[in-house]
Amino acid sequence: MDVKITINGKLYEKDIEPRLLLTHFIRDAAGLTGTHVGCETSICGACTVLAGGLAVKSCTMFAVQANGAEILTIEGMAREGEMHPLQESFWEEHGLQCGFCTPGMIMTCHQLLTRNPSPDETQIRGALDGNLCRCTGYQNIVKAVQSAAGKMKHRRGAAAGD
Amino acid sequence: MIAQQFDYTVAASVAEAVALLQKHGDRARILAGGHSLIPMMKLRLAMPEMLIDIGRITELSYIKEESSYVQIGALTTHHAIESSVIVQRRCPALSEAAGLIGDIQVRNKGTIGGSIAHADPAADYPASILAFDAVVITIGPKGERQIPASQFFLDLMTTALEPNEIVRAINVPTRTGRSASAYVKMAQKASGFAICGASAVVELDASGALAHAAIGVTGVGNRAFRATETEKALHGRKPTAELLRAACEKAAGGVSALDDIHASAEYRLDLVRIFARRALEKAIERAGN
Amino acid sequence: MKPRFVGQPIKRKEDPRLVTGASAYVDDIVLPGMLHMAVARSIHAHARIKSIDTSRASKLPGVRAVVTGEEIAANCGQLPAAGDIKNMKRPVHHPLAVGKVRFVGEPIAAVLATDAYVARDAAELIQIDYEELPAVTNPEKAVQQGSPILHEEFSDNVAYSFGWENGNTEDGFSKADTVVKQRFINQRLAPVSMEPRGVIAAIRMPENELVVWSSTQVPHLLKTQLGLMLGIPENRMRVIAPEVGGGFGSKLNVYAEEALVGYLAKKVGQPVKWIESRRENMAGTIHGRDQINDVELALKKDGTILAMKLKVIADIGAYYQLLTAIIPTLTGLLAPGAYRVPALKFDLVAAFTNKMATDAYRGAGRPEATYLIERIIDIAARKLGMDPVDIRRKNFPKPAEFPFQTSGGVFYDSANYEKALDRALEVADYKGLRKKQAELRKQGKYMGIGFSSYVEICAMGPSIAMASGGWESGTVRIEPTGTVTVSTGASPHGQGQETSFAQIAADELGIDMENVTVLHGDTARTPYGIGTFGSRATAVGGTAMYLALQDLKEKMKKFAAHMLETTPGNIEFEVGKLVMTGTARSVSFMDVVTSAYVAKKLPPGVEPGLEATRFFEPSNFTFPFGTHICVVEIDEETGEPKVVKYVAVDDCGNVINPLLVEGQVHGGIVQGISQALYEEVVYDENGQLLSGTLMDYAVPRAHDFPMFELERTVTPSPVNPMGIKGAGEAGTIGSTPSVVNAVVDALAPLGVTHIDMPLRPEKIWKILKLGRAS
Repeated sequence: MDVKITINGKLYEKDIEPRLLLTHFIRDAAGLTGTHVGCETSICGACTVLAGGLAVKSCTMFAVQANGAEILTIEGMAREGEMHPLQESFWEEHGLQCGFCTPGMIMTCHQLLTRNPSPDETQIRGALDGNLCRCTGYQNIVKAVQSAAGKMKHRRGAAAGD
Repeated sequence: MIAQQFDYTVAASVAEAVALLQKHGDRARILAGGHSLIPMMKLRLAMPEMLIDIGRITELSYIKEESSYVQIGALTTHHAIESSVIVQRRCPALSEAAGLIGDIQVRNKGTIGGSIAHADPAADYPASILAFDAVVITIGPKGERQIPASQFFLDLMTTALEPNEIVRAINVPTRTGRSASAYVKMAQKASGFAICGASAVVELDASGALAHAAIGVTGVGNRAFRATETEKALHGRKPTAELLRAACEKAAGGVSALDDIHASAEYRLDLVRIFARRALEKAIERAGN
Repeated sequence: MKPRFVGQPIKRKEDPRLVTGASAYVDDIVLPGMLHMAVARSIHAHARIKSIDTSRASKLPGVRAVVTGEEIAANCGQLPAAGDIKNMKRPVHHPLAVGKVRFVGEPIAAVLATDAYVARDAAELIQIDYEELPAVTNPEKAVQQGSPILHEEFSDNVAYSFGWENGNTEDGFSKADTVVKQRFINQRLAPVSMEPRGVIAAIRMPENELVVWSSTQVPHLLKTQLGLMLGIPENRMRVIAPEVGGGFGSKLNVYAEEALVGYLAKKVGQPVKWIESRRENMAGTIHGRDQINDVELALKKDGTILAMKLKVIADIGAYYQLLTAIIPTLTGLLAPGAYRVPALKFDLVAAFTNKMATDAYRGAGRPEATYLIERIIDIAARKLGMDPVDIRRKNFPKPAEFPFQTSGGVFYDSANYEKALDRALEVADYKGLRKKQAELRKQGKYMGIGFSSYVEICAMGPSIAMASGGWESGTVRIEPTGTVTVSTGASPHGQGQETSFAQIAADELGIDMENVTVLHGDTARTPYGIGTFGSRATAVGGTAMYLALQDLKEKMKKFAAHMLETTPGNIEFEVGKLVMTGTARSVSFMDVVTSAYVAKKLPPGVEPGLEATRFFEPSNFTFPFGTHICVVEIDEETGEPKVVKYVAVDDCGNVINPLLVEGQVHGGIVQGISQALYEEVVYDENGQLLSGTLMDYAVPRAHDFPMFELERTVTPSPVNPMGIKGAGEAGTIGSTPSVVNAVVDALAPLGVTHIDMPLRPEKIWKILKLGRAS
């Protein structure tokens, strides 16, 4: 079946099997391997991307369901070589170790901060229910999200002041 | 893991979905958000030969407020229900249940229709669907049916849906006056599904007595159930702490509880007592305010 | 020269590629003509394979090969298992089962296809006819007469037995005022690195070299072992550990799939990839822990420990993996913990059962020891009416007594246990916590305070104690243009040594960190090494690099002295230059490098070039330590425990990068808390795996924890020149008992002295219910 899926602004048109998972379309058909696969039961969240602006687990979606959709993956977060504040903050706060969960984490946190620009610690921890990390104990991930929220608020403020 | 091969077709309308279901019969399954079905397909616990994708029928995604009920389209996502001001105001238990399902990603994609049609015994919604005496509106070749919640959930993964029917909407009757609802749960640590979830819908009369009390329980038996003994014990009485405690002793009724590595039947039955009371306390407090 | 980088919380060099998704893990690597392998696995815990029908699988379009046990057994060696325990029974262990399967998930056949989806379909089409046999999953039953026998070449399921005694245990017990006894279950855990395992193998020209990309912690050991298994000379083997998404010990191994992928790539002459699914990971990647510990502790009435007896039953599963046999023996070494235990008798029986093998999981044998000593000392304190702090303090060896020889048979290098304990008490406000606990108890609420004053065995280790050598290697090359390339035999997979090693190298040479690149994980680009595990990469691998740096500095001093017409003893390194001591005369770093490479004016007897390789053989392990304090509150109705406060004061010696150490401690604490409260691999009595997906095996989430309060004391280790002890496992080793001690403390008013892990709400609920009834 022929599908057209836009990933990070670029259109990919492919003839695929209906059973092809969105995550494999992104990784194999589009060659964007920043989106990872860590389980098959929709628990670990390493495969999280934004589809139509919504954080979804791309391993729990067939690519055909995303026909015509706009997808944002970790590769689309930095703009003109400049990291997204979440990427910066994960780096600065040591919010990652092995890095395997990180792309999914960042995409989920992106959704969180879009919906709630000033989350408190409990809200951040709750928002991460769909993303497992085995390295960091989540401590510095929470700090990274707090720091990114501050940065994004500051930037919005600066932009509004212009 | 990887699902078995299947054919895939998109239904552009409810009528088309029903026609496709009728045409393909047993070999087809309806795909909505996919969050119940796809994980099972990947583990090859479900191997449909055909999927009929109703995910693009946007007219099935809505929350409509009427004077005596709230109607929720089958394809409304858990996130939409969780964040709907209407649902929060008119049926907070349902909003709370939606907000306690899985995680952000699952709630963005999973739908209420898909969830209740799947009828996982540990799903969150059924407790509230039962407690509200909601009505499941289905559509099939013979037209629409309105199935009361009490007759919808039949057994483990089994509902009153005919093989060629789909869920179109859920009507959630709401009360006026001093009424409120609440949902509380203990989650299974790994999956987030309910080990015990309880939903309470209450209405207080002018004297502060319980004019109505309904309690739905999920996660405990093969299907969600109403705590009818408790409801009877509460009816018309002032909800003192002692009364709630005593009434909830019978909340599990004679249900045969699930027993697995996450919780024994004995524990689940005791949790019914605890969570039924906690849901009631929360709902009553809300109603009082 | 004052360090500019070492000791600073410098953000990692690794991260830009990781936070942007630019990095490549095994599954991200695509080679031209690559085929995909899928594995058909046993659905039974114990069965005879009557027949395997591969015909339907072979006929599926896209399938290139199907292999079964006989072919592999004839062409490929068995899986390696270390350990030279005297009576160790060594069962046959082929990569694919031959004739019989012994655990759910055991590989039976492998399929090769053009596409991963087709490979999976084909694996599902393989029809295996089994004759089911009775299974045994309880290790105590497994070693009894009449139990089903896993390996018919042996008379029973005792894999080995082992033991020793240090000091006179009976004498200690005969003088005791009191003896406390307890059985502890250290349940089976799954490591669950977020990246499952994965392997690619390809034959590369011109040397017909087999290149293997594997998600491994030990590329060099894997190269040696795979070469032996596949009959490929080691100088035509290359193993690359690309970005590795965590391991926690589970990738410190040689697995069947690694051999199968290598064999098939050789057989068909095309690259082959295999990526583990999570379900395969839960069933077929090593598990950790799974010990039963029967402990007896003899004490005087003032709390002084006199002697200890420890009997261990280790449930090692169906076969040995690489370090399966060794892990339980480590428990004995650390059983005395941070205390003076004058005599210790240690007996160990390892049992074959119808389960996946156990092996190294974060801590590996040592969390079990810390758990049992930290629990039994609490039990003793309660029996003697002592505060858990006082009994610990009473039995700590004093700082002046180090190196301290223990009855575990090791020499603890350096420590100040009391200092860490005192600091933890202060940070946690222990008196305030006890006051709060008393108030809550009056209200019928359950709050508990738990301690763990742990010590651990790290920086593995001296070669005499290690199956395959305990040294590590490091090469430093100063390139002709002045940048520095460090290559280490260690194999970091999340720990951040690209950063911490660059900090050390930059400080030693007086250059900027940007000018240092750290290579690892590729046997063709690094000196032969051992790998990353046992909290060893910085303490042992970092030291090898440090020694290589010293060699280069000495050599550079000779060049500088020659240029400045002085002696090398008068030269010092400063930032960007080498200076003649006490003068303003200097030559730039770059000029010295140039002079070493253009080699026109070599100092007499000095060779050109600036490259050095060193191998560091540590004289001992290191022994990090600390005190953790956990505070829990318990829902008095449902029994749910919640960690509400967590204080950790750790001492891992000198610290290169505090950010990285904190990260290691955070992650370790969470894994340790999670063992105490949530995680458990569950097999039913027929050997079916009931916790085979992440829907049933509880990896903890962010909402399960509060923010931890971390502090450090610093007691340098004398074992290596930088005074480093290692930090990778402390959190896991220290945390588990503090949580269980806290829950038991909370429930003490109900007469509770012990609960087995994981402390699921239901277990606590039962106790609360009995308490209410009485």
